[in-house]
Amino acid sequence: MRNPFVMQCGEFHVNYRQDMAIWKIARVRWRIFFIVLCFAAFPMLATDYIVGLATLCGIAAIGAIGLNILTGFTGQISIGVGAFLGVGGYTSAILTTKLGLSFWLAAPFAGLVTAIVGALFGIPSLRLKGLYLAIATLAAQVIILFVISRWDSVTGGTAGLVLNRPTIGSFVFMSEKSYYYLTFVILLLTTIFSLNLFRTRVGRAFIAVRDRDIAAEVIGIDLFKYKVLAFFVSSFFVGVAGALLGHYTMIVSPELYSISVSIEYLAMILVGGLGSIFGSIYGAAFITLMPVVLREVVNLLSGTFPGLEGILVGMKEVVFGLIIILFLVYEPEGLDKIWRNIKDYFRLWPFSY
Amino acid sequence: MEFFLQMLVTGIVVGSVYALVALGFVLIYKSSDAINFAQGEFLLVGTYVCLTLVASYNIPFIAALLITLAFSAILGFAVEKVVLRPFIGKPVISMIMATIGLSSILAGIVHIIWGHETRVYPPIFSETPIRLGKVIITPVYAWSFVIVIAWLILLSAFFKYSRLGIAMRATADDQQAALSMGISVKMVFAVAWAIAAIVSSVGGVLLGNINGVNSSLSMIGLKVLPVAILGGLDSIQGAIIGGLIIGIIESMTGGYLDPLVGGGLKEVVPFIILVLILMVKPYGLFGKKEIERV
Repeated sequence: MRNPFVMQCGEFHVNYRQDMAIWKIARVRWRIFFIVLCFAAFPMLATDYIVGLATLCGIAAIGAIGLNILTGFTGQISIGVGAFLGVGGYTSAILTTKLGLSFWLAAPFAGLVTAIVGALFGIPSLRLKGLYLAIATLAAQVIILFVISRWDSVTGGTAGLVLNRPTIGSFVFMSEKSYYYLTFVILLLTTIFSLNLFRTRVGRAFIAVRDRDIAAEVIGIDLFKYKVLAFFVSSFFVGVAGALLGHYTMIVSPELYSISVSIEYLAMILVGGLGSIFGSIYGAAFITLMPVVLREVVNLLSGTFPGLEGILVGMKEVVFGLIIILFLVYEPEGLDKIWRNIKDYFRLWPFSY
Repeated sequence: MEFFLQMLVTGIVVGSVYALVALGFVLIYKSSDAINFAQGEFLLVGTYVCLTLVASYNIPFIAALLITLAFSAILGFAVEKVVLRPFIGKPVISMIMATIGLSSILAGIVHIIWGHETRVYPPIFSETPIRLGKVIITPVYAWSFVIVIAWLILLSAFFKYSRLGIAMRATADDQQAALSMGISVKMVFAVAWAIAAIVSSVGGVLLGNINGVNSSLSMIGLKVLPVAILGGLDSIQGAIIGGLIIGIIESMTGGYLDPLVGGGLKEVVPFIILVLILMVKPYGLFGKKEIERV
């Protein structure tokens, strides 16, 4: 009988099979099932407001995983996520409202269209690196947003479009809880797909491109193909997230997809951890909930400091910037690393080292 | 023809302000390889400080401008020291995110202190327009142009003749060699940030005089990117010429194409140019080509 309080002191793999395994230790499987169950059961206990917040976190997490595949794993910086979200949202909106397609066809199609647009703007990545690519994607953001807000006949211009919630038969995903489950399932699929992606040849090629693109080319990785593919896969998820978000808020309009959204998504993967799937989820939750928590704190303190509500908007920006900089300085690997540090600490406790 | 000249004059004036702000941007890139996404917020802070001094404390404009410049220099020094120093030599994304974080902080502070409404400078330049043939130029535009040109000459002289300016050029050329010649590279970085903050606040004050002051002024910080890329990220003369070109194209688009598409193209055209340049000539008109070797 093993002592239940003793934990593994590390992961020790003796063959490649173990190293590549998705469940590194048998016990992890049960832990993951338990966590998934917890999240599945959680709406039963929470209020609609909390469930709504969780849905937003989930949608953001799907987009953040998408961005992390591109920026964290393949090393191609993109400041255009906001616009790509918009492409996804608008595609789904146009397909469902104008062409009468169901959400279940429109959402994957929105992902596909966004993926193609993303790949298109990814083509310059062959010649452009780092800074220059970041600037090119910034231009993509501005140009896409301009097209969206000017193409009145299709996109409804600055007024935007109104969407419906998805339906199955006569069931409408109208309640917060039902939409939470929809998001939850899609997030689960996204996570499983991306975890597995990096166990395949394609995913490994992405990582090789990030670590040193020229070296990757030397060992036979077609840079152009994999960079564009990274943009494609990443934008697909961003597009799906955009469609989900559009159907959740039931409106799409240009100002919802501004450059500040792009920056928020970059902050999510940075705070969560570049090159970490679970990190993207933590980061998405962190950045989505930060303004909410801040508002609560302000409400709490407003009795003592009456002027506080007036500066809430400004304070949000200051806190947002501070978080980015503090994470960059003190924990560049993000929340994922912090979580691993905590686990490592308890793994070895009381004998750290 | 008259309309064309009018647009040309507007384009040159706005373009010269772009040139000035882009100069600060290029200076930072040249010296420390950092892209400064907070350039627009530097501009915003400078404008608001000057506005407050002029409008609330009734300080004469010239004195207020001088105080603003001193303030900007201190801000630039402080930012370099506190925020940017830890990121020298880190991956590109750290640098980008650090300056984005910085811009968020500065924008937040501006919102907290000055709010969201558009404010205007009390009239500083005379209102009577100057006539050049058929073209009408308002004094604000004329003065802006003169001030920008004066600054550009001043800075060119600074880089050419002053000891510090030469040290800055040396550092941009080869950091290690500069270090071994006894140049304080830290000092050079700090001065680069200070100058960037100063020129942006000059640009901001001028634009504020032309259009009024609100937080959307910080969008100039993004518009500087096409300017800098067009001229070449590490070329000072490139920034000046790029600024003028972008300013003129923008003004022409606003005059001729915007009525056709229903407005807004003016704001986007610099970015379309940006994509084209990146596709064709990524290092811009005057930028140094980097050849990567394995």
